[in-house]
Amino acid sequence: MSANQTVTLKVENVHKTYGKEEVLKGISFEVKKGETKVIIGPSGTGKSTLLRCVNRLTIPDSGRIWLDGVEITHPRTNINKVRQSIGMVFQDFNLFSHLSALDNVRIGLIKVKKIEKREATEEAMRHLVRVGLEDKAASYPAELSGGQQQRVSIARALAMGPKLMPFDEPTSALDPELIGEVLEVMRNLAESGMTMVVVSHEMGFARSVSNEIIFIENGVIVEEGPPQVLFGNPEHQRTKEFLCKISELYGKSEGK
Amino acid sequence: MNFLELTYDILPALLKGTVVTLELTVCSISLGFVLGISLALGRLYGNRPISAFCAGYIQFFRGTPLLVQLFILYYGLPSYDIRLSSFVAGILGLGLNSAAYQAEYFRGAIQSISRGQMMAARAIGMSRFKTILNIILPQALRIVIPSWSNELIYTLKYSSVAYMIGAPELMAQGKIIAAENFRYFEVFLVVAFIYLVAVLIVSRVLNVVEKRVRIPGLQMAQ
Repeated sequence: MSANQTVTLKVENVHKTYGKEEVLKGISFEVKKGETKVIIGPSGTGKSTLLRCVNRLTIPDSGRIWLDGVEITHPRTNINKVRQSIGMVFQDFNLFSHLSALDNVRIGLIKVKKIEKREATEEAMRHLVRVGLEDKAASYPAELSGGQQQRVSIARALAMGPKLMPFDEPTSALDPELIGEVLEVMRNLAESGMTMVVVSHEMGFARSVSNEIIFIENGVIVEEGPPQVLFGNPEHQRTKEFLCKISELYGKSEGK
Repeated sequence: MNFLELTYDILPALLKGTVVTLELTVCSISLGFVLGISLALGRLYGNRPISAFCAGYIQFFRGTPLLVQLFILYYGLPSYDIRLSSFVAGILGLGLNSAAYQAEYFRGAIQSISRGQMMAARAIGMSRFKTILNIILPQALRIVIPSWSNELIYTLKYSSVAYMIGAPELMAQGKIIAAENFRYFEVFLVVAFIYLVAVLIVSRVLNVVEKRVRIPGLQMAQ
């Protein structure tokens, strides 16, 4: 642990098995405060499962996870409390369809944090402004584009004042022309010092924003390191192959 | 006496019965509503024994005739010293029966809401109970309206079965009048017409409600 930078997220030897298939075979990594780590890897290698373990939406079979020194995996931990500090963003946005954009962002403040309505509204509006959607506050999810919905969901997560934001393939469900606006918001977040773990195949984003890339395959970390190293001179042949393939497919959508 | 005169003559008594019919309907549909939501939630989110109990309840009340249930309540319970008036037995029977059907409508509505929304609510630290209250039910109640309208109409019409245990509702009044004047055809034509008007009003009202609570931009299943 470095002396000058506190560790926000620590994952230690996490295992998870579904039926006969061991999805996670002992994953360990750390994210320091203010860092952005991008997790890449072929589909079905447990990336989403790993993120869900981080806020205990999935309970790992073994291994331990800490957020700011609090052990999330400890059975006595008040998980509803911890989850407020983990602003998870999902691939399918998962906005509450019966609530306007404003209410989607505000409901956690009112019902979970018990903040008074007027104050919650102001707070929620601040976050809608931050994702550039203040003029859509009254719109319902079904009236918004995918990119706008994802930005509302980021505002919803942000409003809870998270210490960590896991993103589970936040642009994978979007039409190509809508990806940019979401990545832009994420880039600003990273620059403002938010601690982020991003499962994504947006290589442009990974290359220019992340402090470190983690390559996972078959439930283990194959390689991790700064983007320059992984893109420039990866240690493993497998990393090279994967990055080449992915860059061909996704690389052009951002950061020419 | 021509048909119009006859109608004019019997209408007051029939309307009195109509009031009882409406009371039976409102009380039993409300009982069924509260019980039905509880059963659906218990079946979906309860632990194994609770879920099994709810499933069993639904099976039993959907699998046995309403009339049999009413007879058990009205004629059967007195053997155990529980004596219900025909009106109360009617409400209980219709309500318990309706609960089983409503539970299934609610279950369908709840299951049509994407699981991701439950996950997203939990992810911001909302408890399961609060998620059900604030996220799941408000949507399920909107989605359920079309099938629930059916249930209300059904209950309104089938409350007529309560005449078999002597509840003084519309059907019973018709039967009494017709037995006196032997104008079965005309009397039950008027009775049928009253049911029809009530059903039309109910469907109209629920249509309006459905439109009023529609979520903007969202295509609701018809």
